[in-house]
Amino acid sequence: MSGQSITAEPPPAAAPPEPTGEARSRHLTGGLFLLPAAILLGVWLVYPTVYTIVRSFFGQSGYLGTWVGIDNYKTLFTTSTLVTAIKNNAIWVGVVPAFVTALGLIFAVLTERVRWVVAFRTVVFLPMAISAFATGITWRLMYQQDPNLGAINALGRAVSSAVSSPGVLSNALPSTTALQTHGGGLLLKTPLHPGGVALLGLTGIAPTDVPQGARQAVKPAGKSGAIEGVVWRDFKPGGGKPGVVEHGELGLPGVTIELRDSSGKVVQTTKSDPNGSFSFKGVSSGSYQAGIGAQTFAKPFGGYSWLGPSLITPALLIAYIWIWAGFALVVIASGLAAMPREVLEAARTDGATEFQVFRRVTVPLLAPVLSVVFITMVINVLKVFDIVIALAPESTQSNANVIALAMWRTAFSGFDFGTGSAIAVFLFLLVIPVLALNIRRFRREA
Amino acid sequence: MRLAALAGVVATLVAVTAGCGGGGGGSKSGGTSTGNSSVKGTVKFWGIWAATEQKAFQKVIDGFHKQYPNVTVTYQSKGNDIPTVLSTAIAGGNPPDMADVAQPGLVKQLVQQGHLKPITYAKPTISDNFSPAWEKLGEVNGKDYALLYKASNKSTLWYNVNVLKQAGVKPPKTWSQLISDAKTIKASGTPAYSLCGSNGWTLTDIFENLYLRRWGQAKYDQLSAHQIKWTDPSVTKTLQDMAQVVGDTGNIYGGVSGALQTDYPTCVDYAFATPPKAAFNFQGDFVSLEILQATKSKPQKDFNVVPFPTITPGPNAKAVETGGDLIITFRDTPAIEAFMKYLATPQAAEIWAKLGGFGTGNKHVPASVYPDPITAATEAPLAGATSVAFDMSDNQPASFGATTGQGEWGIFQKFLQHPTQISSIQQQLESAAAKAYKSGK
Repeated sequence: MSGQSITAEPPPAAAPPEPTGEARSRHLTGGLFLLPAAILLGVWLVYPTVYTIVRSFFGQSGYLGTWVGIDNYKTLFTTSTLVTAIKNNAIWVGVVPAFVTALGLIFAVLTERVRWVVAFRTVVFLPMAISAFATGITWRLMYQQDPNLGAINALGRAVSSAVSSPGVLSNALPSTTALQTHGGGLLLKTPLHPGGVALLGLTGIAPTDVPQGARQAVKPAGKSGAIEGVVWRDFKPGGGKPGVVEHGELGLPGVTIELRDSSGKVVQTTKSDPNGSFSFKGVSSGSYQAGIGAQTFAKPFGGYSWLGPSLITPALLIAYIWIWAGFALVVIASGLAAMPREVLEAARTDGATEFQVFRRVTVPLLAPVLSVVFITMVINVLKVFDIVIALAPESTQSNANVIALAMWRTAFSGFDFGTGSAIAVFLFLLVIPVLALNIRRFRREA
Repeated sequence: MRLAALAGVVATLVAVTAGCGGGGGGSKSGGTSTGNSSVKGTVKFWGIWAATEQKAFQKVIDGFHKQYPNVTVTYQSKGNDIPTVLSTAIAGGNPPDMADVAQPGLVKQLVQQGHLKPITYAKPTISDNFSPAWEKLGEVNGKDYALLYKASNKSTLWYNVNVLKQAGVKPPKTWSQLISDAKTIKASGTPAYSLCGSNGWTLTDIFENLYLRRWGQAKYDQLSAHQIKWTDPSVTKTLQDMAQVVGDTGNIYGGVSGALQTDYPTCVDYAFATPPKAAFNFQGDFVSLEILQATKSKPQKDFNVVPFPTITPGPNAKAVETGGDLIITFRDTPAIEAFMKYLATPQAAEIWAKLGGFGTGNKHVPASVYPDPITAATEAPLAGATSVAFDMSDNQPASFGATTGQGEWGIFQKFLQHPTQISSIQQQLESAAAKAYKSGK
């Protein structure tokens, strides 16, 4: 809000006093011409600013409400969501202007050397043409956690599935406590001896996820010298009896079954049949344990929670930098174009490397332009608002909170105009030094 | 406001699909016809109902004109901006005769500012047709000021018929049945719950239903007004109830992080997608339209609805959280009084109920007037409700009860992330509430 006052121009220098009648009427005419602008400034800038400052010392509702002193400012620094907002704004100011300026500079210098300069610059500049709200929505879609929805996580899945493939039963769970997790797979607690039968019941498998060709599960009778067993979907409508092979329950084919000896070493591995049964032959006497291999339960890539509480601010920063890099590119490129070529040439003739030319000549000469970009970005970032509200889901907006958003929510959603005004004043105080810097520069340039 | 808008769309749909609505219930005579023609005058009525809803209400008005031929009621739709429109009209000294608003807080405010007339003349008719729990919703400072003419039911549980069939469970009647059903459904391979964790209000709605059903209207009202602290044992107990669902993280579609990014109505779509992604969805009556529009599910065959599960037997077992349109009066003439009384009769409710998208607490409106089984299932429990309450946020400062990411909404999203830290959640709720209520003074 208060950031808008950057457009206000420095007051015109007063003319030297000349006490003639002609001059007085000239003053009057000048005053008349100034009047509309003065009224607009007064109504739209001076009055709201003064009112907001006064309002910040009063209570929640009404034109003024009750006097509360500095309570609103105390609230500002003690309410966790507001403190988060202040911290986040610090991160924004620390990261965005530097990145945008650096990226703009790199793009500008590099594009000087490519053939399709205009095309490249247009592409980088395009995001500026899209409203921040639309950008927010677009990035929100790209950031979706489900790889079926979010482009970025879809890319992650493509990479991860090239490296490893998900198991046949990634969601399955043991149906009884006899089966326990063991290094990503499952292991039957009960020890088995030759002739024994292992019952490996699984649940949590949707009917559509049962491997193809599955048939009614069959519990093997047991054979001497062998350990047999069955792995099956231990569920029928209503739940059925856990741990018991019942009519209507399907065997799970193609599941990797491991047989471990008493020291825990895998001695045999096999795959289950269409009815879920499996058999380890030629087992010498001793105690064994049967289990299901970890690869059966390997989960597919689930996606990063870009929009979750911990990644939301970085996600926002990336999207914001994407928007503004184009702006920096265009401004810096024009600065670059206006730069005296002979200086660069002189440096090159003196034997400077391209990097030295860049560091010792280009950057110092561009410094005024770079500072314009940097300061503009600081102001932009201090009052950042729309991208946060558009991109962050409601559940993480408190984690992604920034000062301008906190002010709007507190004042116009929570109807606490006192605290809202205090936040606005705080934001105003943050913007003032940057404004002062900007105004000083305007003066110098004039 | 959101819900009112949704209800409007629901009405549109139901009215279209239910052209051949079932036969109405036996009409009871609303008033004596003798002397009716002596009542003369006009009534200017402003409301939020537009389009199909406006047409439906016009039929209700036509029914009134038959009884009172010399009174003319003119209805004007002002849309969802009605609070603004009304306050402007009041400031200009020219409010309408009657209006309908969806905000109980606005009614209270208008009474306190002295703009509304009490409707004590209609009290006998209202008491005849509505249980005290419903009548109370129109009271301000112990006096009748408003009639909740059109009500919605927020105490419903939607379920995917096919998922329950595959799991072999029946739709739950009680909370403990729901929890055990959910276990079976998980074993069948489909997550039980689809939550819209991205919208805090969907989570507080679950809490409010649970609190109302366990502790009843009186305690609910006290908690809404912060006369009971959020650290109260009753809140602890209710959060424990709720943790049985939100703490069953493996049984929530997408897990906690997925649910936190799922907004309303996406979670509705998930539960009724093909193939289904979850079995249950906790939402009010307003989602049937969303299901019909966004999914291929057919009513009763693929999706259905039951009353919100009962927590404890007894008087609060059938408690209902409601929302709806309250009718208020700015003036007091025989014509206005006649129309107000008429609106409290079963006929006035039945005319609209037959067209769909309408619920009422009027106990003389039979379930058979509702045009389809889903509407009957969602709206009929209203009349039988022994305990009724508005959304809690209607009585809370907005900074606590209705601000995105802050106050109650934000803290319940934290609860979804940390369902075991009940006492810490309660302390956060209490300190946020204390701050909001303190600065509200």
